[in-house]
Amino acid sequence: MDITFDHVSFTYQAGTPFAGEGLRDVSTTISDHSYTAIIGHTGSGKSTLLQHLNALLKPTSGSVTIGDRVITAETNNKNLKPLRQKVGMVFQFAENQLFEQTVAKDIAFGPKNFGASDDEAAALAKQMVTLVGLPEEVLTQSPFDLSGGQMRRVAIAGVLAMQPQVLVLDEPTAGLDPAGRRDMMTMFERLHETQGLTIVLVTHQMDDVADFADHVLVMDQGALIKEGSPREIFADPDWLRAHQLGLPKATAMAEQLMAKGFRFDPLPLTSDELADQLLPQIGGAHHE
Amino acid sequence: MTEAIQIDHLSYTYPDATHPALADVSLDIAQGEWVAIIGHNGSGKSTLAKNINGLLAPTSGQVTVAGLPLTEENIWDIRAKVGIVFQNPDNQFVGATVADDVAFGLENRGMPRDEMIVRVDDALEQVNMSAFSSREPARLSGGQKQRVAIAGIIAQRPDIIILDEATSMLDPAGRLEVLQLIQALRERQSLTVLSITHDIDEAASADRVIILNDGAIKESGTPAEIFARGPELIELGLDVPFAERLKHALISRGVNMPAHYLDEEGLVNYLWTLHSTM
Repeated sequence: MDITFDHVSFTYQAGTPFAGEGLRDVSTTISDHSYTAIIGHTGSGKSTLLQHLNALLKPTSGSVTIGDRVITAETNNKNLKPLRQKVGMVFQFAENQLFEQTVAKDIAFGPKNFGASDDEAAALAKQMVTLVGLPEEVLTQSPFDLSGGQMRRVAIAGVLAMQPQVLVLDEPTAGLDPAGRRDMMTMFERLHETQGLTIVLVTHQMDDVADFADHVLVMDQGALIKEGSPREIFADPDWLRAHQLGLPKATAMAEQLMAKGFRFDPLPLTSDELADQLLPQIGGAHHE
Repeated sequence: MTEAIQIDHLSYTYPDATHPALADVSLDIAQGEWVAIIGHNGSGKSTLAKNINGLLAPTSGQVTVAGLPLTEENIWDIRAKVGIVFQNPDNQFVGATVADDVAFGLENRGMPRDEMIVRVDDALEQVNMSAFSSREPARLSGGQKQRVAIAGIIAQRPDIIILDEATSMLDPAGRLEVLQLIQALRERQSLTVLSITHDIDEAASADRVIILNDGAIKESGTPAEIFARGPELIELGLDVPFAERLKHALISRGVNMPAHYLDEEGLVNYLWTLHSTM
């Protein structure tokens, strides 16, 4: 299911003295089965863009086509439910949304809202808890007795239980420890590969962009100022710095090495790429 | 050297828990020292912080802060000396404006208004937020919010600041803002800093890094000594510094690399030596 933005602008509190521009003339396509990263500093319009992916916000002008549904300023709020089922949103600190007495009930809440029977919802809960890498024992526990990382997995299982085609993740690893971050990102990669989910990831972690995404959107002041593959986006460090954006650590390190006299082509994005390109320049293996 | 914090055989078990959260921890932190405490989730880091300012009372053992044993009589004197900056800036705002918020702790102590105004202005200036004094805290960026939270603490002129994962919810720019501020504050006044963190840059800023595991001190050393542990750091609750990651990527490709920790500059220079002697 593709999601296409066609000249989308969005104004907050339009028609009031507090009107503010959230998006300016954004046109792009998030392709089916892609892993798209959205980057940009705080206030660049990332969250506003996200909320257009399942019609939580509707464009002030232009249109968003989500699968076969076209959303414009005139779209009625009725019958948006199928869209919300197809595009699952995991908000920042998703664990704050847990509320039920048991993990099983919390995960089953979404599917039941979308018409699943108790048995179907319970079966989904069991399936999803495994999918996010938690033991089945947690199903009968209170979500509030789990660790922060586990609670976040339960919240994600609740979104997955609605069996979406697109999973939207707003800084899903914020506040987790490094091992928790790594496990969480590995889980999304697995969902992308084995379940065929389209992933849309908002992040400040450029290493995650380099490691996982195949397409990158760069937002600034509500506008889409650049898009392309991670390699294309990170090929111009000066441009990124000018827009207050960081580099993957390997790319930043390569820059330091280039200042000494090393050469890299293309600019490496990961430690493995950097090591591969360094090897012939330091005399290869078994150097004394 | 004067000790800012002395922890002597401290154990703590939560009510109804079978396993102690802290088991026989002994640790001295010198005045003016910056100590980073790392450890994976559940290792006892936050429990330790709460035992230092008396939010929790030790099951056994003794905590001494600025020469005062932590007892019921001393607890308010000790809390006046120890300020904690928590993880989520949104959970610690009470004032309608930035200045009101910074004044809150002083009002609680019944400080005269004239002195309070001076302290609030001074604290906001130190964190470089004077221009925002009449703004609404909710409308600030994450880094600005944490700077205001820090102003609220330094207005009370504490001897010790505990950063309890204070940068973990910030974007990279916000994290850098807060770390630079803490550095600058330490240069201006003798401040003891205890940071509980998963952040490699924050740990690198410290004089000493302590690894907590299962409620006990597993290891203690300079950042360079601890960072030389390489890939296993991630199991200890810290990210692997990029220079270490690259070093290990080269080792796995058959390159001989030094065992000791190299920071990025050190690694660049080492690799350049290899290149020049090719």
